[in-house]
Amino acid sequence: MALKRKDLLGLRGLSRVEIEEILTTAEEMKSLLLSGSKESSLLQNKSVVTLFYENSTRTRFSFEFAAKYLGAHTASVAVSSSSVAKGESLIDTGKTIQSMGVDVIVIRHPMSGAPHLLAKHVSASVINAGDGINEHPTQALLDMFTMKEKKGAIDGLRVAIIGDILHSRVARSNIWGLTTMGAEVRVAGPPTLMPPDIDKMGVKVFYKVEEAIKDADVVMGLRLQKERQQKGLLPSLREYTRLFGITEERIRLAAKDALIMHPGPVNRGVEIASELVDGEQSVINQQVTNGVAVRMALLYLLMGRNQDAVY
Amino acid sequence: MLCIKNGVVIDGISSKPYKADILIDKGKVIDVRENIEISGAEVIDATGKWVLPGLVDAHCHLREPGYEYKEDISSGTRSAAAGGFTSVACMANTNPIIDNAAMVNYIKSMAMAKGVVKVHPIAAVTKGQKGEELTEMGELKEAGAVALSDDGKPIMNSQLMRLALQYAKGLDMLVISHCEDLSLVGDGVMNEGYMSTVLGLKGITRAAEEVMVARDIILAETLDAPIHIAHVSTRGSVEVIRQAKRRGVKVTCETAPHYFSATDAWVDGYDANTKVNPPLRTDDDVEAIKEGLKDGTIDIIATDHAPHHRDDKEVEYSLAANGISGFETAFSLAYTNLVETGILSMVELVQKMSKRPAEILNIDAGTIQVGKFADIIVVDLDKEYTVDVSKFYSKGKNSPFHGHTLKGRVIYTIVDGRVVVKDGQVIL
Ligand SMILES: [Zn+2]
Repeated sequence: MALKRKDLLGLRGLSRVEIEEILTTAEEMKSLLLSGSKESSLLQNKSVVTLFYENSTRTRFSFEFAAKYLGAHTASVAVSSSSVAKGESLIDTGKTIQSMGVDVIVIRHPMSGAPHLLAKHVSASVINAGDGINEHPTQALLDMFTMKEKKGAIDGLRVAIIGDILHSRVARSNIWGLTTMGAEVRVAGPPTLMPPDIDKMGVKVFYKVEEAIKDADVVMGLRLQKERQQKGLLPSLREYTRLFGITEERIRLAAKDALIMHPGPVNRGVEIASELVDGEQSVINQQVTNGVAVRMALLYLLMGRNQDAVY
Repeated sequence: MLCIKNGVVIDGISSKPYKADILIDKGKVIDVRENIEISGAEVIDATGKWVLPGLVDAHCHLREPGYEYKEDISSGTRSAAAGGFTSVACMANTNPIIDNAAMVNYIKSMAMAKGVVKVHPIAAVTKGQKGEELTEMGELKEAGAVALSDDGKPIMNSQLMRLALQYAKGLDMLVISHCEDLSLVGDGVMNEGYMSTVLGLKGITRAAEEVMVARDIILAETLDAPIHIAHVSTRGSVEVIRQAKRRGVKVTCETAPHYFSATDAWVDGYDANTKVNPPLRTDDDVEAIKEGLKDGTIDIIATDHAPHHRDDKEVEYSLAANGISGFETAFSLAYTNLVETGILSMVELVQKMSKRPAEILNIDAGTIQVGKFADIIVVDLDKEYTVDVSKFYSKGKNSPFHGHTLKGRVIYTIVDGRVVVKDGQVIL
């Protein structure tokens, strides 16, 4: 069993079969985790490097734990985004890391497409841990894993994604993955934070959050960067919360047992009411656990790749 | 003496191609008629080929001085010659900027010393292209600048643009405008639309180009001054220019081959060779550009040849430099996408790539006539080939057309009666 690809750069272009493969393997990984075994030897003699041009302690740790639990060697390289501007070539950095015998490079980068560039120039597997405003595929996979775990299946689920869709790589990856898996995806947010022609990606677009939430099985909030206001994309955070906040009142419009999700970290009281974050319907903490399982699955599947992998 | 025999001639003036031989002596055309028999003349057999006036490029970047690692006058003019250009007008965004007479003279003398085609400097509109103070346009004209442009940068201050048009008009100088409202561009790196959404790259709205096209046309109209709009890329721009022409505004414009040959869908995969400014647009815009070329709204095809070193392109898309190395694919792209598809006739193509650009820049080129400079190319329209950037004469290997099969190739380029390109190879 293996993914027949060298890299995981995004969920765009991933087939239903491939996504199912990852989610099924993640279930096995989760049982491994729950059994208390953190010393598997599945990736013995493999090396995984996290190459982060942007700070994200939680994503980086999640990958590193996933690798370690499978017995791989890990190292992390933190590069400040300023060195990108200084012209230190991503390709050179990638080649250097590869020369150290690394099998997988997990990259987080502030610019869309950076993992694609790296993947073209190294023979190591590249996993996109978030690039610019493009994709964050492992986050979406863990979101989907959580939905499947709680709801039994993804096919037919109504998923509402609320907030700054324009700048959200989490939203993009979820849209690709969820639509491929047969869910109905709705997006809602201010028009200034909605990317053009997003409906052509197969989602329903709403500018009234109530309409998007109505009868939804999953309501996913997105982190709102406070700088958006300074850039003139929003009049004020207060108005944003009034019009687009996920509130207790609004969540009553959703299906009774709707899940509340958020990729974190949460701006409590801005995009989502604090009570909901800690409430019964919230699966925000489970998402974090599932993140490790999904990343274990992915590392395993990419490393288990065989000769007929597509390069 | 040189005699080009048995080719089909488009002279830039006659409305139809005809069979004729062309006799050249001392850099000039001395005879054009059927069956010229002269002993002792060197003969180019153009049987089955077309003989055209050398192409004239109203918009290119030769990068010298300041960026010789990207291109210099020697490599750039050889690249131009390989593409069939015998005269090129180079933009002022060198380092230092071409904003004074000494710089104009420098370009001209370097071109004389190292160039193989004719180079016409375009000088900056504002000092240092800073958009703050006008250059000494009178002196620039005397030195030999053929037009004025801050290309690469828009003149954001509307009052300054108005004054530039007004002052230049008094000197009979043409202002070429790079239309881009920077506040609308923001940190965009590709066309705004479905593809930018899919790729997660910041988009640039078409309006960023169109509002400036509209502004500049209104300014030119109120002053009754001429204006030339560089690299038109959107349906909206074409429409604004079309309406202005109907009203009698003295507006001319150009597009570049990539704007009728490629779309933003090509950005998929994040290959920075697709990064240009203005960005590649959509199928609908490509359609509009073709319509504009056909109905005459778009006067000319310019290359916007913008060579870059690979270090400026093999980086994250957002960081990559804008531009395509355009000389060596321009004619083939135009022939393949415009003539083969029936949008333009060969006579019309010659108008748009030779005669009209020469007229707009007011330079003595663009036709084949007795008594005129023998700037002539011979092309093989049946020749199919695959674009290979490693074979470019340009130092810039940045082209999204690498690996694409095109039709129509330049076989000979003759500048002032001197053969620069022979059998498709630059020999000087
Ligand atoms: Zn320009």
